Amino acid sequence: MARPGDLKVEDITVRFSGLTALDRISLAVEAGEVVGIIGPNGAGKTTLFNVICGFVRPESGQITYRGQPLLGLPTHRLIRLGIARTLQGLGLWPSLTVLENVVAGAARRPSFGAALFGGRSSMRMERQLVQEAGELLSELGIAQAASAYPRSLPYGVQKRVSIARALMARPSLLLLDEPASGLSQREVSELAQLVAGVRQTAALAIVDHNVDLVTEVSDRVVVLNFGRVIASGTPQEIRADPNVAEAYLGEPAVAQGDSGDA
Amino acid sequence: MRKAVGAVRQSGRRVPVASLWGVVGRRPLARHGLFAVLVAIAIVIFSYQVSSYTNYNLAEVAVFVIAAAGLTLLTGVNGQISLGHGALMAVGAYTTALLLKSQPNLAMILVLLTSVATTAGAGLIFGVAAARLRGPYLAGATLALALALPQLALHFSSLFGGEEGIPITPPSAPSWLGATFSSEQWLAWISVVAALVTLVLLANLMRSWVGRTLKAVRDDEVAALLAGINVGRIQVLAFVISAGCAGLAGALFAYWVGLAAPAAFSVTLSLQLLIAIVIGGLGSLVGAVWGSLVLVMVPDLTGSLASGLNLPSSIANNLPLAIFGLVLMVAILAFPGGIQGGLKRLAGLGRSRWRQHGLRRESG
Repeated sequence: MARPGDLKVEDITVRFSGLTALDRISLAVEAGEVVGIIGPNGAGKTTLFNVICGFVRPESGQITYRGQPLLGLPTHRLIRLGIARTLQGLGLWPSLTVLENVVAGAARRPSFGAALFGGRSSMRMERQLVQEAGELLSELGIAQAASAYPRSLPYGVQKRVSIARALMARPSLLLLDEPASGLSQREVSELAQLVAGVRQTAALAIVDHNVDLVTEVSDRVVVLNFGRVIASGTPQEIRADPNVAEAYLGEPAVAQGDSGDA
Repeated sequence: MRKAVGAVRQSGRRVPVASLWGVVGRRPLARHGLFAVLVAIAIVIFSYQVSSYTNYNLAEVAVFVIAAAGLTLLTGVNGQISLGHGALMAVGAYTTALLLKSQPNLAMILVLLTSVATTAGAGLIFGVAAARLRGPYLAGATLALALALPQLALHFSSLFGGEEGIPITPPSAPSWLGATFSSEQWLAWISVVAALVTLVLLANLMRSWVGRTLKAVRDDEVAALLAGINVGRIQVLAFVISAGCAGLAGALFAYWVGLAAPAAFSVTLSLQLLIAIVIGGLGSLVGAVWGSLVLVMVPDLTGSLASGLNLPSSIANNLPLAIFGLVLMVAILAFPGGIQGGLKRLAGLGRSRWRQHGLRRESG
């Protein structure tokens, strides 16, 4: 099975037309670790994920995964390195069923020729992927939704589907982008259980607004504000940090440039 | 529903694989082949019962089916619009004509395969060039292709025969079929077999990861990239497959007309193909068949209607166009899923109602 990940982000700076979205950000996700990334709106959390995934090109800095540089790598190659990501908007494919959505998350597939002629190897692999996807759906408790189309399902179920799709590639590092947004209190606590399960096989980086969730599931928490790391440490340390409280609660004076959560 | 989610979560039960298999409908792909053989036998029998004019029409339908099915994959399934498929058919037709000009005795199967290959090659070049274009920009680029390519035939008239085009001898039926066997019926057979082979191969692709991936790229490119799908390559692949089909259709079209000439491959042809897949049902291979039938039968029916009603020729000549427009509007407004979507809805109405009942009971 997949081994845990080891992501290093060093001195990443991103500017959008003069606006500094990320300012010399450095952080690491060690093997087997769960790292939470929190911060107010516009702090640059999602931008950071977009840099890791190759959607945004940083002005300077370096990102490596298990020693291999990620910058300049086409996005579709990430999954073969073991990096999977969920999207804030989920990005489920509406014209595929839930099962097909999850099966398509697998980075493995038979050859084109086998598919063209409906060959046996193609069939065998399909069957295997369908079985794997089915088991994954069962584990996430949404097996009954297998044949439904994503848009017909409640939001919480869709969220699970998007996580199942990301897990289908057997990642060693899973990036969760706002997994708790739009979920009920109960669904959030189910999500925490799910994260605890996933961390058996993969390291996780979680971006979210929900401070309670992040501090509950993370080994380490990194707090961003205005594109900078303002605090980093264990959940207990973060809770006690006055800088963090200020970023979230007080002093609304400085706002000279909010990058917007891109 | 929200309550149901929690219940589902807690039960967390395993679903037997066999039932999941049924859910996705991935039955052994040999069924496509078996079905095609049955259809072929039926059409062969049919072709003996009807006039050679009907056989001539049958071949035309088959030609359109091939091109429309290829366009279905590109536009219907992968979401890339092409207004240039008429031009790609021209590539196939001219390949056939030029090949037969230099080697008149070449086996027809080789001529057809070569036409597929060259047109797929043209599709590759165009697909790579168009890979970054989306929506209306892609439509514009393909429209430019449709307008420009026939002009090449006029510009290099010594090679392509200019306005008159290059004549082609229609294939003659082998002697073992008997002396009275018409060349129309023979061409109908060949075209129908070619269409069925195309449909089987495309159906195989649609049921495999290729179909899934094409849809995923159409639905959400960002999610596709994150799932490890090379979006650019898939879009080019769709172009290549679709162009290969257009090449086969173009080659058979040239045999059918007995000529490869620029006038046959106007923008109108490209638009007709698009109309066919929309009327038939966008994204469905069976829909491509319905659309092609409409495309061939409407001018025929309106022709006999006009002569029956003694309409003046100025009206009669434009009647097919008017009816196309009418059918297209009705299809878009009333049947967004086209003919195939409408049929499916009718057939599935009772069944889905029953199923919804079942689901509600289970989750409640």
